[in-house]
Formats: sequence, structure tokens, C-alpha cells
Amino acid sequence: MSISFNKALGVHEAALTLRSQRAEVLASNLANADTPNFKARDIDFSKALQQAQSSQSSGLQRTHARHLDSQIGAEIPGLSYRVPSQPDTGDGNSVDAQLEQAKFAENAMQYEASLRFLDGRFKGLMLAVRGE
Amino acid sequence: MGLFDIFDISGSAMSAQSVRLNTTASNIANADSVASSEGETYKARHPVFQTVLNGIGVSGQNNAAKAGVSVAGIVESQAAPIARYQPQNPLADENGFVYAPNISVVEEMANMISASRSYQTNVQIASTAKQLLTKTLSLGQ
Repeated sequence: MSISFNKALGVHEAALTLRSQRAEVLASNLANADTPNFKARDIDFSKALQQAQSSQSSGLQRTHARHLDSQIGAEIPGLSYRVPSQPDTGDGNSVDAQLEQAKFAENAMQYEASLRFLDGRFKGLMLAVRGE
Repeated sequence: MGLFDIFDISGSAMSAQSVRLNTTASNIANADSVASSEGETYKARHPVFQTVLNGIGVSGQNNAAKAGVSVAGIVESQAAPIARYQPQNPLADENGFVYAPNISVVEEMANMISASRSYQTNVQIASTAKQLLTKTLSLGQ
């Protein structure tokens, strides 16, 4: 059985990318906590990871340098608006700063967990390569 | 790319919140600046925030994760100035009135606390993103 570097990292590579995207979305929510008419968004992680694993990209691949870049592939799977916790805040803003902060902290911890898993995979690979 | 964009997002929010702090400071500083006519009176200023979206998806919905914030403009309050009868004031008009801006200092203080809390939140977000990036850079070592 040979070592496949493509498969060595498993799901954690995709998970790390998604976690960083989710961190970005949550940071945007907090940045816009005082912006009128801003609607909070979030990524449905399990849905997004499923899509990332099946790697069904609806984007068009560029096979020539002069092809136009399509934006479809850049869309983040599972990105949708959050259900507001209260019906009306007076200015159309649906960001709950406390909730978003908690989610951000949770997401940061999960990002670190994914990092640990990846680190473990790398250490295992190093051990296998060195054979010590 | 993911985490690096957080610095842009939090940075834009920090600069917007500092504009809000600036206007609050001006409003509190000028709460007692009287003038001799209604037109010359200081008007309370408030910033209007606006979302900055980078990249609009093809389906018409916005699918970009990155959404910063900017100050769309600063609006002056339309509240009518308060006329005070102070005939001894050198700025008083012929009827003995001076005009003070209609600023509620309590409201401005609450606004200031809200702005500073939002600023703190964004600083915290940026520092968390920095920690995560540092850890990512030391991956596999």
C-alpha cells in the first residue's frame, strides 16, 4: 500500500477552508452590527461540507487564458440568511451581536480543531517518510 | 482568501465606528455652544453606515462572504434649536435670546458606549483571526 498524498489530508482540508469562510461571514455580520437594513448571514456547515466533499462544482472551468472567468464557482455553498431572533429591531438590521460573537468563538475553536487534525496527519506522514 | 479578508472587514468596521465616535465627541463638545440665530446653531451630526459588498453573485443574490462597512454620509439633525433668554450674553439677538443646539448629552453618551463596544468587538475579531493565521502558518512544524 502506497502513501497517497492526495488522500492523506482527508476531509480536514475542505473543513479548514469552510471554517475560514465561515469566520469571514461571521466577521462581516459583526462589522455590520450597526448598519441599517443589513441581514445577518451564516454558512450551513454540514450542507457546505457535503457539497465540498462531493466536489460538485457548478462553475465553468477555464481551459484557456483568454476565457472569461465565471463567478458561479465562487459562490459559497450553504450561505444563507439567518432567521432573526426578534421580529423588528427598528432599523431592519437582524444582527444579534452576542449570538454572532459566540458563533465566531465556536468557529475559531473548530478551526483550531481542524488544524490539530491536519497537524496530526502531517506528523504521521513525516513518521512514515522518515521510517525512524 | 478567508482569514486574511477578516482584517479588511474588521478594519472597515473599526474606521466606521471611529467616525461615529468622532461625531459623538463633536456633538458632546458643542452641546453648549450657543449662537445668535437659529441658522448659525451647531447641528448634531450622525454617520450613516452602509454595507460594502464585494462581488455580487450571478443569481442576483449576494454570495460574497466579504461584507465590510463604510460611512455613506453624515447627516445633520433636524431638531430645532432651543432658545434661551440670556440678554446679558454678548451673542444674544435684539430680543435677548441665544440659541443652543438641541443635543441630548445622555443620548450621545449612550451612543458613545455603543460605538466603543462595537469597536472592541471588531478588534477582538481581528486578533482572533491573527491567532488562527499564526497557528496555520506553523502547521506541520
